[in-house]
Amino acid sequence: MTQFGFPILSVITFLPLVGVFLLATLQGEDAQIAGRARLIALVTSLIVLALGLYLWSAFNPALPGYQFVETAPWLAGLNIAYRMGVDGISLFLILLTLFLTPIAILASASITKRVRGFFSALLLLETMTVGMFAAADFVLFYIFFEAVLLPMYLIIGVWGGERRIYAAIKFFVFTLAGSLCMLLALVWMWRNAGSTDIVTLTHTPIPGNVQDWLFLAFLASFGVKAAVWPLHTWLPDAYGEAPIPGTIMLAAVLSKMGAYGFLRFAVPMLPNAAATFEPVMFTLGVVAVIYVSFVALAQTDMKRLIAYSSVAHMGIIIIGIFTFTVEGIEGALFQMLSHGIVIAGLFVCAGVLLSRGEGLVLSRLGGLAARMPAFAALLMVFSLANLGMPGTSGFIGEILVIVGALKVNFWVSLLAATGMVLGAAYMLVLLRAVLFDKFTRPELANLPDLKAGEYAMLLPLAALVLWLGIYPSNFTHVFDAPVAALVQAHTASLMPHTALAMVTTK
Amino acid sequence: MTFATPLLPALLLGIGGMVLLLAGVLTKRDRFTFCSLAAVALLILAAIASAVAPDAVLFNGLLKTSLFTRFADTLVYLGAAMALILSLDYNRRENIARFEYPILVLFAVLGMIVMISANDLMSLYIGFELQSLALYITAAIARDSLRSTEAGLKYFVLGALASGLLIYGISLVYGFAGTTNFTSLASILTGGAGYGTVIGIVFVLVGLAFKISAAPFHMWTPDVYEGAPTPVTALFGTAPKAAAMALFLSVMLGPFGHLVAQWQSIIEILSAISMALGALAAIGQTNIKRLMAYSSIGHMGYALMGLAAGTEAGLQATLVYIAVYVVMSFAAFACIIAMRRQGQAVEKISDLAGLASQRPGLALAFAIIMWAMAGIPPLSGFFGKFYVFAAALNAGLMPLVIIGVISSIIGAFYYLRVIKVMYFDNGTPDFDATPAGVRFVMSVGTIATALFVLLPGPLVVAADAAARALMG
Repeated sequence: MTQFGFPILSVITFLPLVGVFLLATLQGEDAQIAGRARLIALVTSLIVLALGLYLWSAFNPALPGYQFVETAPWLAGLNIAYRMGVDGISLFLILLTLFLTPIAILASASITKRVRGFFSALLLLETMTVGMFAAADFVLFYIFFEAVLLPMYLIIGVWGGERRIYAAIKFFVFTLAGSLCMLLALVWMWRNAGSTDIVTLTHTPIPGNVQDWLFLAFLASFGVKAAVWPLHTWLPDAYGEAPIPGTIMLAAVLSKMGAYGFLRFAVPMLPNAAATFEPVMFTLGVVAVIYVSFVALAQTDMKRLIAYSSVAHMGIIIIGIFTFTVEGIEGALFQMLSHGIVIAGLFVCAGVLLSRGEGLVLSRLGGLAARMPAFAALLMVFSLANLGMPGTSGFIGEILVIVGALKVNFWVSLLAATGMVLGAAYMLVLLRAVLFDKFTRPELANLPDLKAGEYAMLLPLAALVLWLGIYPSNFTHVFDAPVAALVQAHTASLMPHTALAMVTTK
Repeated sequence: MTFATPLLPALLLGIGGMVLLLAGVLTKRDRFTFCSLAAVALLILAAIASAVAPDAVLFNGLLKTSLFTRFADTLVYLGAAMALILSLDYNRRENIARFEYPILVLFAVLGMIVMISANDLMSLYIGFELQSLALYITAAIARDSLRSTEAGLKYFVLGALASGLLIYGISLVYGFAGTTNFTSLASILTGGAGYGTVIGIVFVLVGLAFKISAAPFHMWTPDVYEGAPTPVTALFGTAPKAAAMALFLSVMLGPFGHLVAQWQSIIEILSAISMALGALAAIGQTNIKRLMAYSSIGHMGYALMGLAAGTEAGLQATLVYIAVYVVMSFAAFACIIAMRRQGQAVEKISDLAGLASQRPGLALAFAIIMWAMAGIPPLSGFFGKFYVFAAALNAGLMPLVIIGVISSIIGAFYYLRVIKVMYFDNGTPDFDATPAGVRFVMSVGTIATALFVLLPGPLVVAADAAARALMG
């Protein structure tokens, strides 16, 4: 057990299921159930968040390996155990999930049908996502990774927009196809290492020619989840059709699963293949940054514009991971956090407009800054963070990635940096169209400004954006130890003669 | 009597079945419910008796019981008992509440027990025929329904063909090898086999493939599944599948175990075609029972993948797969039986539209089963697939595994379609209240499927022990 005397990771992971159980036992009329369901879901997610903060306070950033490790026998005879653990890479991703779930719950005021089911699905999603980030066993990871599909499929399909069915099935089939490739890779690696413990797998060498195949399998799976171009085509549909809380979870948390997979499996376990595929990944990342930015520029719908901007930022993250430098990977991790918070803020802003009965077609919005100053200010914060304005979280992540890339390849860093310029272009287009153009319709003049519930969602997000941007070392010092170990192990495995002593991060 | 304990389950079923038959004939009143409940009780008693029975070789090597046979027997008892519980209310509503039905099921189960324990090609054939003949009649039990009689007839004609092929294969093996006893066969065939024996084995294999409805010997399955009354289909989808698969395993790895090189590629082909056909042909189906038929063909393909590996791990994987499949299957048929509007059974997938709004519990159960069949973790179906994929990969059957992965993706599509109809489409199914027996079977199956992830140990260990008992 851990230093708490109770398995805190398992508690954090499975506590939302208690909420699901409570939701299932609710009795009464529909309206009553809806109110109580919202309250139960919110309280559950806040309790879990508090536990998560406690976890952070007890986390020792000096250790590179897993902490709070829990082990229990599970699949007998196969050397597959229930193993949970958290390190500097996964800690903030878990916290991000815990932080965004209550925001998503607050953002679901517009959900009026089958409310109980919706909140059950959201809490289930929280369990699956946290479990995935906290899993220290590959099979356990895979199970959570796949299980995320189930609640998300329902969230898109039941509560989504007009083309929800198409979007839900496309999302499911794309992800499943990728995941099954990973399952094959998993089975191969399991046979190779004799165990599915992630630490053991990381330290078991794999022959070079096999590594390439395994890497392709991982690329199919994590690439789809992280929406690496050209595997991203499910994303605009899914983001566009999902209800706002679903979009928040998808864009802010689920897209990080792919990047996390690359960092946790593809890079440390397949160092040679990762090095071989570095140019490919750089190309994919750069294409995502530039091409998708232009696609974003051409969007006429606010939600889809933000969705494409998200794909472009995933490109930056991929570039950062595959620089194999401390700066690049820390930048990618930081960008994962920052992007999660910023994109959630932007989608919440979109949700604010939706809840006032407005559409999100850009040409039918405009001039809102005059009537909704608080909304305008907050939307401005998130937009500036999204385009990488210094002082906001977006800047730190992007600059670190660009510095990391510069160490490896000047052109990659130059092309990645153009992403910041293009980001400025489409975000400013968005801001102008929503906030500053003249009123396109007289009704827009009567929109009320933010309400208390909306402040409760947007202010914490904005505060975090500024905290990450102004004092990033609270976060980066947690990354330092595991990322340094990762980069060292990677360098060592590529040059086996020079570095024999240090391949261990147990 | 030394053979009394290991034989007790079979004696219970045989004698109990005949006593019930007499009781049903001699009393003038309607004895359907009584006979059904008594049959379920007999199945439970037999399961207990079989669980405590020791290993034995009976009747000069005609029958042999071991951990392996007990594992398979348990699945058969479970499937048959659940199918009987499902029939309680359904048969009464459909006016086919005849007391013969549970008795026929008992005799079919007896046949299955004999064929699972068979240690000789002759006892194998006797068990095989006993279960087949009983099942032909149950398929046609709704004798006033055109579809049911057609299903029964079709099953009978094609089943007779399969039996013919099987007995022809047995005669060839006997002619060339000189014995029908499994143990002697295994030692005779240690050094390889001549063409005659191999041809005989192929015929045996075809006969068995027919029973588990592996493609390309699956033709009867969709029609029989669709035509037979749903509780009978539930029976077909569980107990005989488990029994025939167990027989398949014990024949291939027992007497013919040294000829892996000869039959392995045939099993691989059967497995690949079944998986592909199960996935592709199911896409266009609109009838949920036909969908389940194609789904079962696909599942048999996955289960055969473990046998194709030809290893102990593969055998264990197949056993885990079959066990998981039996549970999913009876739960799925419980959900299908719950599809009943104004006293009429409905079978179209589109009839499920809007179910999630009206009956969230039923829709959730159905969705869990569909997801499990698609092999999505953390549901039990995933573990079945995981084990067979792992075993096949370890045996170097990469192409087969890739076909399995592709058909899983295609398969997921049609399972998802059922969920889509229930959750996303609008409609008012207005289903009648579900009777308690059906609810019981549905809950047992769904809970076991959903929570298997928490406690996979016992099943996996039991399958491992069973596999070791068979492989020696």
